[in-house]
Amino acid sequence: MAVEQELINVAPEKLTVDNVSKSFRGRQGMVQALANVSLQVREGEFVCLVGRSGCGKSTLLNIIAGLEAPDGGQVLADGKPVTGPGRDRMVMFQESALFPWLDVMGNVMFALKLKPNLNNQERREVARYYLKLVGLEKFAHANIHELSGGMKQRVALARALAPNPRVLLMDEPFAALDALTREQLYGDLQRIWQERRKTIIFVTHNVREAVCLGDRVVLFSPSPGRIREQFDIPLPRPRDINSIALAGHSTQITQALKQYLGTPAAEVAE
Amino acid sequence: MKRWLSAAAFFTILAAVWEILVQIGVWPHVLIPPPSEVVRYLVRAVSDHTLLDSSHITLRRLVLGYSAGLVIGLPLGLLNARFKVLQDTLGLVALGLQTLPSVCWVPLALLWFGQTEHAMFFIVIMGTVWSVMLATDTGVRNVPPLYARAAQTMGSRGLHTWLKVILPASLPFIVSGMKQGWAFAWRSLMAAEIYVTILTGFGLGHLLHYGRELHAMDQVIGIMLVIIGIGLLADKILFSPIERFLHRRWGTARH
Repeated sequence: MAVEQELINVAPEKLTVDNVSKSFRGRQGMVQALANVSLQVREGEFVCLVGRSGCGKSTLLNIIAGLEAPDGGQVLADGKPVTGPGRDRMVMFQESALFPWLDVMGNVMFALKLKPNLNNQERREVARYYLKLVGLEKFAHANIHELSGGMKQRVALARALAPNPRVLLMDEPFAALDALTREQLYGDLQRIWQERRKTIIFVTHNVREAVCLGDRVVLFSPSPGRIREQFDIPLPRPRDINSIALAGHSTQITQALKQYLGTPAAEVAE
Repeated sequence: MKRWLSAAAFFTILAAVWEILVQIGVWPHVLIPPPSEVVRYLVRAVSDHTLLDSSHITLRRLVLGYSAGLVIGLPLGLLNARFKVLQDTLGLVALGLQTLPSVCWVPLALLWFGQTEHAMFFIVIMGTVWSVMLATDTGVRNVPPLYARAAQTMGSRGLHTWLKVILPASLPFIVSGMKQGWAFAWRSLMAAEIYVTILTGFGLGHLLHYGRELHAMDQVIGIMLVIIGIGLLADKILFSPIERFLHRRWGTARH
């Protein structure tokens, strides 16, 4: 095995999920959240993980983030095993997780202050750059509670981008927003992704959202959570979530989901 | 401005009614001296330095005891929230002692420390520590775990997470605990000063006590007013700015 690995000559993937398993102690004994999941993500790729809630996609994201340790297998980031959270893999959560005791600027600065090799003037400049990128430069000194849900997620995005991570992990970041705000953010996220060339792993249960954003859509099925199928989405960008071409892909993936889950397609597609 | 005016008008009318009721003999003069006499006493007490000296002594005891209470209570609360062992042991002790009215410490303090400053100090600390500790503990427990996780992904670890995330996140709870601790400290100190006659310092409580002994009702009521005034002032100077900050940042409703 070791010899084989030595002899294989492949370009290293940005992220490699290698045979990862994870179980939790639930009310009815052990629940296997992930069973032997393997996934490769290329540099600059936008990958969406789709599946019904409870299929382990968020757990996988947490393991990649280093917030949870796998029971078996490992995650490699740039070929190095992940042992804990790090600024090279920033996470954006479903709830914004912004700190209410800091203003918008303070929140974006939080991660930057932990980054050595920058003075405070430079940190503020960087923070302002990212606030501008998400269109909130005018709200630098607003309090968090004064922002709408969509604005909060924009700040969370700026905060996640600020330490300049190579990988961005997003856990249903738009699930709690209204449809219009969400559509706006799809546009912004695609723009920012192209501008900043990040590698993004995006967890969602919304197939259309996944097709709109991802280069690749990875289908999960629950109990135990595992990868069932992967779809490349060769549509040109920027993509409009309401376009017919996009709907075609969504239908195809939803059909596949239905087949694995045995649930009505409408529920999965929202 | 308008609120100031209505408050001023209210208290003027209150004092006027009180003065008249005493002057026309409806209220007995011996038991309820008119406000004019109370004011006369206060002016006299200020001019012969009794009032300032006593206030100074009382406030020194309060500030020292309260600060010590915070210094002990805050870390205890943090430790209590961090370690489950402490929660099941020290936490129960704190919960029990917090329900104990702080004046109940007075007999014990007298027997342990005698009629000394130490007794006062001890009583004030006992009034402060438990509520500060329990509030800190509750505050830390109520911090959404998501905050700590988010901070970790940004590179925050250990002590940094505690100081920059957990502590500020539990600030609303800690401040209300500090406020409660302050109120308990103030009450227990007054109780202590009324009960404990000591020679190292003549505080406001002592003035109140001797007012009763001498049946100087103007002194009793005057000192009570001073005690109320100090309590209000402390609230305005110490806690109002912090609470305003909390309301603004967290967006909680103003009460």
